[in-house]
Amino acid sequence: MPRNESIKSILIIGSGPIVIGQACEFDYSGSQAARSLREEGIEVTLINSNPATIMTDKVVADNVYLKPLEPESILEILEKHNIDAVLPTMGGQTALNLAIKCDEMGIWEDHGVDIIGVDINAIEITENREAFRNLMEEIDVPMAPQTTAKSFLEGKSVMQEYGLPVCIRASYTLGGAGAAIVHDEKDFDDNLNKGLHASPIHEVMIDKALLGWKEYELELLRDKNDNVVIICSIENFDPMGIHTGDSITVAPAMTLSDTTFQRMRDMAIKMMRSIGNFAGGCNVQFAVSPDEKEDIIAIEINPRVSRSSALASKATGYPIAKIASKLAIGYTLDELDNQITKTTSALFEPTLDYVIVKIPRWNFNKFPGADRQLGLQMKSVGEVMGIGRSFQEALQKACQSLEINRNGLGADGKEVTNQDEILHSLAHPSWNRLFHVYDAIKLGIPFKTIFEKTKIDVWFLKQIEELIKLERKIEKFSIDNISKDLLFEAKQKGYADRQLGHLLRCLESEVHEKREEFGIKRVYKLVDTCAAEFPAQTPYYYSTFEYENESEVSDKKKVIVLGSGPNRIGQGIEFDYSCVHGVLAAKECGYETIMINCNPETVSTDFDTADKLYFEPVFWEHIYDIIKHEKPEGVIVQLGGQTALKLAEKLERYGIKIFGTSYDALDLAEDRGRFSKLLKENNIPYPEFGVVESAEQAIELSKDLGFPLLVRPSYVLGGQKMKIVINEEELEHHVVDILRDMPENQILLDHFLGGAIEAEADAICDGENVHIIGVMQHIEPAGIHSGDSYAVLPPYNLGDFVMQQIEDITKKIAVELKTVGLMNIQFAIKDEMVYVIEANPRASRTVPFIAKAYDEPYVNYAAKVMLGEKKVTDFEFNPKKEGYAIKIPVFSFNKFPNVNKELGPEMKSTGEAIRFIKDLKDPFFRKVFSERNLYLSR
Amino acid sequence: MQERNPAVLVLEDGTVFHGKSIGKPGVTYGEIAFNTGMTGYQEVFTDPSYFGQILVMTTSHIGNYGVHAEEIESDEMKIAGIVIKKFSEVYSRASASGSLEENMVKDNKIGICDVDTRALVRYIRNKGAMNAIISTEENIDIEALKQQVKEVPSMEGLELSSKVCTKEAFEVKATTESKYKVALYDFGVKKNIVRCLQERGCDVKVFPMDASVEELKAYNPDGFMLSNGPGDPSAMPEVIEKVKTLVEGDTPIFGICLGHQLLSLSQGLSTKKMFNGHRGLNHPVKNLITGKGEITSQNHGFVVDEESLKNNENVELTHIHLNDNTVAGIRLKNKAVFSVQYHPEASAGPHDSRYLFDQFIDNMKNN
Repeated sequence: MPRNESIKSILIIGSGPIVIGQACEFDYSGSQAARSLREEGIEVTLINSNPATIMTDKVVADNVYLKPLEPESILEILEKHNIDAVLPTMGGQTALNLAIKCDEMGIWEDHGVDIIGVDINAIEITENREAFRNLMEEIDVPMAPQTTAKSFLEGKSVMQEYGLPVCIRASYTLGGAGAAIVHDEKDFDDNLNKGLHASPIHEVMIDKALLGWKEYELELLRDKNDNVVIICSIENFDPMGIHTGDSITVAPAMTLSDTTFQRMRDMAIKMMRSIGNFAGGCNVQFAVSPDEKEDIIAIEINPRVSRSSALASKATGYPIAKIASKLAIGYTLDELDNQITKTTSALFEPTLDYVIVKIPRWNFNKFPGADRQLGLQMKSVGEVMGIGRSFQEALQKACQSLEINRNGLGADGKEVTNQDEILHSLAHPSWNRLFHVYDAIKLGIPFKTIFEKTKIDVWFLKQIEELIKLERKIEKFSIDNISKDLLFEAKQKGYADRQLGHLLRCLESEVHEKREEFGIKRVYKLVDTCAAEFPAQTPYYYSTFEYENESEVSDKKKVIVLGSGPNRIGQGIEFDYSCVHGVLAAKECGYETIMINCNPETVSTDFDTADKLYFEPVFWEHIYDIIKHEKPEGVIVQLGGQTALKLAEKLERYGIKIFGTSYDALDLAEDRGRFSKLLKENNIPYPEFGVVESAEQAIELSKDLGFPLLVRPSYVLGGQKMKIVINEEELEHHVVDILRDMPENQILLDHFLGGAIEAEADAICDGENVHIIGVMQHIEPAGIHSGDSYAVLPPYNLGDFVMQQIEDITKKIAVELKTVGLMNIQFAIKDEMVYVIEANPRASRTVPFIAKAYDEPYVNYAAKVMLGEKKVTDFEFNPKKEGYAIKIPVFSFNKFPNVNKELGPEMKSTGEAIRFIKDLKDPFFRKVFSERNLYLSR
Repeated sequence: MQERNPAVLVLEDGTVFHGKSIGKPGVTYGEIAFNTGMTGYQEVFTDPSYFGQILVMTTSHIGNYGVHAEEIESDEMKIAGIVIKKFSEVYSRASASGSLEENMVKDNKIGICDVDTRALVRYIRNKGAMNAIISTEENIDIEALKQQVKEVPSMEGLELSSKVCTKEAFEVKATTESKYKVALYDFGVKKNIVRCLQERGCDVKVFPMDASVEELKAYNPDGFMLSNGPGDPSAMPEVIEKVKTLVEGDTPIFGICLGHQLLSLSQGLSTKKMFNGHRGLNHPVKNLITGKGEITSQNHGFVVDEESLKNNENVELTHIHLNDNTVAGIRLKNKAVFSVQYHPEASAGPHDSRYLFDQFIDNMKNN
């Protein structure tokens, strides 16, 4: 039974701007879905308001609508195109909600559009907690004792019945918004109110908290013949009580017996069948009692692809979104091939011969005053995944991927030894609990205490204990007398050379040399869905330390593109967009493309993107080993944000070619002293500034520069620790603050141009010729980070004189820096005079926005320039310039109710949307313009 | 972390894999095979069908949840040897009765861990089924092991059921209301087959493989069950004759795995040794009658030859394996007799195929 041939045109709904709880995993699923449907000859139309996505690119869909996710936009599309069906399961809860809204308005029916991949009733049931509970009761699937409450009074009486602790969950919300665990009676009223308000239908479910139960997730796929397969089992390292998006998770499940797993599998299948008759993907969450009974209760079911299904796809190699799309148009699983082996069936359940560990990435430092304790509401902004042949190796690799100034778990001299602090952290989990579990074991806090406070399964705790024992063994040796076996064991357990250098009191490079001497080399294994049972065709690799290497090196010319690691505020999906385009452009130039990244949510880590994917930490040691193995012509660092860029210095030192702008030029732009000299020599104005290394020097300097001052550390992104200060006291405080977190950092003080207008320009340069791809004017006055500002492309009220200065300066700097590739310059404009605030010789956050607004493949062009294949003059630039495009910053403040919403030089937004306007009379623009001073911090 | 002795695995062709010793120290040999299941190691190790085999477990960690008194498929571990990547010395499960290692020592099982199992699986996958030897003794002589492994008899032509089946007939009662009587020919039966029948209202009498047809019939059963088991089915001519006699009657018959192969052979079909067997919990099977798929638990190194089926008028193909289109199930035309190559009783594995037991019950009901 092949697919439904009557479907010729499909609309895919995206998930909109990135917010906490809904991130770039939906770009991955949406673009996979679009590709999967186009393979079938189906015309794909896509709507998403987020310009920083690959899915909204012409390379992905036939018709792209960068429109607000509102019924009006859907109507506009349906008027224009003959859409047969809508696939709303790829864009998270946002897309489902929009589909429901349109359904209620009769829009789909009026236009003869079928909803595929899910049915509306299924969404209804799974989101309406009471209906869901009744259904589960009907099919005999146990749930935690719970009751819905539609009013404050109802809520109170439920609490009285159950006793504390209870969980409060708001209906129809995502990322656990409005959810909380209440231990204390005094917190109950407040949390109940919050929950009722967070729910669009003013309803909460109150359930008895199953704290300490083990938590699991299963990812399911079903076809129209009702065949169901389980793609992945995921075990949460952090037990019940922490949102799964904020939990460290492991696949496959580590501590589940077959008996209990099969019971869970049966329940999951029963649940999926019970919610409706549809073909697609589904995520089910369970809790298992840690006692002899191993009772299983259902927590929830999501009839769509999710963050977990993106993780499961990367964890197993089974592309869930791709297959789910094919199922939605009528294929059955048995008709489809396993996408990795290409010879066996898609109707099967992947089996793993490795372990993956996912660790969330938080950004609490961006939200002073935020409640940092983890709970039912998701707070992380990104995640990393480590793959290893054992849990310990995967865990270490995940820790190395986080970019939180740690070299892994432990062995870096950053352990905490304050017992009270550790004990508090174990019971009140935040971003660092994993590290504190390690510290607790190392300090000798009894297992029983650790378990009681964390309820983390003893198996996991013992794995960490084993690591500590190994470290103690290693510490007894030095680099000169450590045995080959012991070093090999440490490498197998995921220790980085840097960690071993710390333990052996020597340099990272000495450990590396020792490894070479012993012949301890990284080998690469394939993620193949089948534990090597069948040969696989897909080049998706991870490293480990064993005997056989499966990654064969071709004799083609190669380029490595470094990815941007975990999403965080200031470095998100925009950089993944650039990486993917860099890969595609390099392919067009005849290169074998090699991607290195560790972020499971991204398109760059889709095994269909690059010719070869190494799912590895963007961490020096791993990169260097891949380079030595693959021997590429060079590496592209300017697309992967600061993560990739900061590795340039080491690449240069090791004599590895950097494609595009040289390391020296990158450094010149970062080094404020060198950069201002360049500006001075070229008569380019810049705010008065100075560099200091202590608070005392800062006060001295402030006397010359005068307040207000913009204070910031060097080498950061997203305006981290950037602040405007107005007096000596504030200055002193902030400098001391920076030096505490970033010792030995050079701190820059700029005279802040109060009341200035900000603008920025992005350009492509080949070293001689410069093309400015776009100039944007911010709506808010200077002082708000560019990532948090509304930006208008092209500028809406800069005169010719100013524009001329911007163009001249941009071109001048690009050439002076010998930029090869992309660059972004930020300007402040005061009294018709243009000052340069900073220049970044890399792909910026705004490049995808301009590319979408002007409908031009700028990153593709830039990558070809970097590779030396093309000159800027080889391209015919043809931007589509109609009206204006506004970049709208989107915040996730609702996740941090106690945080002040004021904006300043440190970036806080998590995502962005694009909006096109015809002219400046547009009411949206007028409103934003009139409120431009509203959130300014000072 | 325990210090473990070095151990080696030597393949028939002389290839050597190094690792560390687990379980009882010693030497063991058998046919090497790999199992891709991620759960259920205890069920697998106690499954009599694995008798005489050295089994590579492909999942990274084994032993995590210890062993459980009830999760056994026979009274002790039946496999010849165990090859794994990471062995869990610690386990975590409230209901566990002990550690896997204690259990291996109790059952005299020899194993090797810290092996690059993925490299090993890739090697066997490409070279096909072969014999192997594990030594975890002190002072390992690899050259001697290379000689020794050559003397291990090939699985082809080897009858092994007699070594694992019951010596004497015994009866167990239904665990629900007793409705049917099933006579089960034991070629190495997994406990869960019996359990699945008991749960469905069957009293089950288990007969040794050398029991005569008359003895089985004397139980006056409503149906016959042909169990799973180890070895080459074509090396069991007497049993095949007995199965043929059973089929001639009108009593419903259900065969699983080796039982399926024996039924096929009794109907003039042939079996063959597979290049690589099917062993794991994720095997896709399509039911050709309903058109539906099922994820199955499998463990077999021999298979019914699909060519021999094409010319047979009495036998109908009912199930195929979706990865390689091999025969996964048959039924006899005009008779309530059917069999499958895989394990509907699962344990370990998914429960998708439990309907086959219901089908057997229906056949008995309608007979």
